[in-house]
Amino acid sequence: MTDVSIIGAGLSPFGRQPGISGREMAVTAIRTALDDAKLAWQDVQVAFGGSDGAGLADTLVADLGLTGIPFTNVKNGCATGGSALVSAINAIRSGQAQVALAVGFDKHPRGAFDPRPEEWGLDAGFGEAGLMVTTQFFGIKIARYMREHGISERTLARVAAKAYRNGVLNPNAWRREAISEDTILAADMVNDPLTRYMFCSPGEGGAAVIVASEDVAREAGRRPVQLLSVAARTRQFGSFEVFAPAIQGTGTPSSVSADASAAAFAAAGVRPDEIDVAQLQDTESGAEVMHLAECGFVEHGDQEELIAAGETEIGGELPVNTDGGCIANGEPIGASGLRQVHEVVTQLRGEAGDRQVPGSPRLGFTHVYGAPGISACTVLGV
Amino acid sequence: MTEMPTVDLLPLKGSRCDQCDNVAYPVSRGCQRCGAEAMRPIDLGRRGTVWGFTVQRFAPKSPPYVPPAEGFTPFAVGYVELPEGVKVEAILDCDDPVELEGQVAVELVATHPVPRFALAPTQES
Repeated sequence: MTDVSIIGAGLSPFGRQPGISGREMAVTAIRTALDDAKLAWQDVQVAFGGSDGAGLADTLVADLGLTGIPFTNVKNGCATGGSALVSAINAIRSGQAQVALAVGFDKHPRGAFDPRPEEWGLDAGFGEAGLMVTTQFFGIKIARYMREHGISERTLARVAAKAYRNGVLNPNAWRREAISEDTILAADMVNDPLTRYMFCSPGEGGAAVIVASEDVAREAGRRPVQLLSVAARTRQFGSFEVFAPAIQGTGTPSSVSADASAAAFAAAGVRPDEIDVAQLQDTESGAEVMHLAECGFVEHGDQEELIAAGETEIGGELPVNTDGGCIANGEPIGASGLRQVHEVVTQLRGEAGDRQVPGSPRLGFTHVYGAPGISACTVLGV
Repeated sequence: MTEMPTVDLLPLKGSRCDQCDNVAYPVSRGCQRCGAEAMRPIDLGRRGTVWGFTVQRFAPKSPPYVPPAEGFTPFAVGYVELPEGVKVEAILDCDDPVELEGQVAVELVATHPVPRFALAPTQES
């Protein structure tokens, strides 16, 4: 199969940007990624992208230039960026293009998401009764997980405190103030056992990645990062998801994150214990804890010790969410998956500045998870 | 709220797959496990145990949320494991969420707009 590399990655600023539209953030991210790749928009031969609620990606050509390329809109929830990236890679592998763009962006209003039950195939009564709230799922899942696997509330606070600390080191993060574990634990409860500071907030931002064939990646002056694999999956039978009126089947629910990550590791020929830096979906701090195990990095329950020992910190054995993750960057749904890829590319190039993982990391991993039961993972290497 | 004919709405309705016996809630047009179309309507019974729960501490956005006339108060929400073999999302009535710990037995008290369960009266064994 044709090798595919990332030759450019770019972000817009993340966090509240009054007067700046999601589409403008997307254009900023694309231009930054093109500069990083030392390419012009005219060099892009095919594009894929989307947002959850900030407009259609294919309209961005009005600002970028009308070059006539195919530009496909993607709307796939939290996997929007991942799905766009899968399509961009396949365009390179099939020989359709030598240079392809994946872009994701969003600009969400303040407060919790307020999806409409009808769009999710649910009865209107589900929303009237107050069950159309994404945060409930995360509370129910981690509360049960903590009882089953001996995870403490202190661990949830440690994960959130790490996110804010890493945000301090990331000039592009939204939240750039450290918050102590005790403050995190004492904050208002949102959905037990998760407090306000353990959750990410719907936010704003754009992210773009330029992928290219081996021939283009090998050209002089490029700093390619190899895309060893990407895998996107939807849920299998027996899973437990956001907005699920029921969990069918018996026993432990299945995990789409386990499916997608296993597929990504198998396709890359890489084991989880070989990964030097990882980005895991941290919608709330418990999600990072559970995804560590679902993606195969530790056994269920071992996170308690791993996190207490500081192994997921920037200087640890497996640095996780080195840019502060969703907790410090906010969650612009369309952008988050490609923000993760941007961070791993930055780390593998050794360009992450104050938050650089020491020891020249060679292999990185990214993972997104979202409603209604989707996950996309990548394995990257230099 | 005394006019609510809760008893008439019971029990909870689900579906059982003709091919693989998988049980679904709500009533379903296709089986999530085997993909078969033939699903028979079944009663899911009234008693179950709490599988997992959280507490909704803030008022959800309106719309779609319709708060009670007396205003929002935090409520417990979770999944109730039913003997038919499906876990159903429900509002869980309790005085203190601590009461819901430890897979306690609960009993269906309403099915609309979503299932609602309350702690089951202690049974003599």
